Amino acid sequence: MVLRAAVLGGGVLLLEILCRLGVIPRFTMIPPSAMAVGLVALLRTGSLNRDLFATFTAVATAVGSSVVVGVLAGMVVHAVPRVRRVLDPLFATYYAIPIWAFYPLFIVLFGLNEIPKIVIAFLYSVVAVIVNTLNGLDRVPRVLLKMARAYRMGPLATGTTVVLPSAAPFIITGVKLAIAYSLIGVISSEFILASRGVGYRLSFAYLGFDNVTLYALILLLLVCVTTINQVVYAWEQTLLRRWGRR
Amino acid sequence: MSGSEGRQAHVVLRGVTRFYDGAADTPRVHALGPLDLDLWRGQLFSVVGPSGCGKSTLLELIAGLSRATEGEIFFEGRSIKGQVPDGIGLVFQEDASLPWLTVWDNVAFGLRRRGAPAGEIRRRVDDALRLMGLRDFATAYPAQLSGGMRQRVCIARTLVLQPRLILLDEPFGALDQQTRLLMGDEVLRVWRETGATIFLITHAIDEATMLSDRVGVMSARPGRFLEVVETGWPRDRDSRIAGHGDFGKLTAHIWSLLREESLKALGYGPAFQ
Repeated sequence: MVLRAAVLGGGVLLLEILCRLGVIPRFTMIPPSAMAVGLVALLRTGSLNRDLFATFTAVATAVGSSVVVGVLAGMVVHAVPRVRRVLDPLFATYYAIPIWAFYPLFIVLFGLNEIPKIVIAFLYSVVAVIVNTLNGLDRVPRVLLKMARAYRMGPLATGTTVVLPSAAPFIITGVKLAIAYSLIGVISSEFILASRGVGYRLSFAYLGFDNVTLYALILLLLVCVTTINQVVYAWEQTLLRRWGRR
Repeated sequence: MSGSEGRQAHVVLRGVTRFYDGAADTPRVHALGPLDLDLWRGQLFSVVGPSGCGKSTLLELIAGLSRATEGEIFFEGRSIKGQVPDGIGLVFQEDASLPWLTVWDNVAFGLRRRGAPAGEIRRRVDDALRLMGLRDFATAYPAQLSGGMRQRVCIARTLVLQPRLILLDEPFGALDQQTRLLMGDEVLRVWRETGATIFLITHAIDEATMLSDRVGVMSARPGRFLEVVETGWPRDRDSRIAGHGDFGKLTAHIWSLLREESLKALGYGPAFQ
């Protein structure tokens, strides 16, 4: 932990020195301290609130729907081996599909609004949840299923009180990936076609050579993503320790 | 049902046979039987036999986890038909503790499933933890415990439901010899204190001899009882019974019955015997 903070702090310090000395031109990058100052100033104006709300609502919707759909789909696919045999190779190659290519289609289908970017983020993340749910379900010890039968538990009770908790560490890995993929999906969608959102503001700053806003937004995204990831990571580690897998 | 010498049969097996469907183009496998057995109420009965003779299959049939192909099994006079009857508790060879629950919550699992009142759960779980010497580990997670202690958690989780018949499927199979002996003592103590009938599957002849009132010796597949050996031990016993003069004789007798069957199970021919 200390070492990680030292590496991170050292990197930031090095960047600061290189920017201040002009080794990295200001036109290319501003010093990290200027990014932080720029971010605080930007947040104080309140002009970012609408964009933050749009982006994080879309990310939350995409993550929530991909987790619910992914876990349920994973359970269904796991329960029907024939379906599993058909879908497994497709899951394996899924991330080779350029989901972005379907963006015009989503605009035609859903209109020029928030839905296409949520759909893209959902499509990016849902398969990660399905695949990790399947991994988790594959690893539920058979003895626990026998134990559930010994307690005369039906399929629903077995699923909710034995199978899902047992598969939880893997499902959490899926959730972690879903957060990352959803954020990528939403931000990149906003970059191309949106009238609000952090991605849109990034694109606007980039096209206007507004380096302060650009790097302030990049810093904001980094802070948000790292914080969310650390929280989920800490949760995952707690579970794994409890499970005796760490 | 009552049996010989006024003893009451707790579990009765009549002509129990189990076949398993083979893989494609292979004949079905005759795993077990036909078996007849009367398991007396309050007795500790062990089953020993060569690997693959159907010991665990037999336990699963009695538990109601699987159905006999032929024959019938009665528990307390009622036929078991592929469903675990009320009053039967199971402990498996593998660690079946739930890693996401504390020891206390693991033990309370079955009572909560039954919807028992909170006060009753607290009392019975505390009793079970005390009985199994786990009181100081109530808030620990299974991963923090040794294999022997995790198995004690599973036994406590079974005991808390006050089963009248406890089925133990090689519960000490993964433990070292010293822990096995001590766990054997625990089982004997629990058996005396609860008055439950215990049906123990084991591959260890000395363990079966030490713990049991009767030992069922099974043949190689399809498993049948070659002999049911009465040990004649007093009810108040522990692992030190191994020092009894008859212990060696009984163990030797069981091994003499088993040796040929074990060789068969390993695929050795008569020349080796």
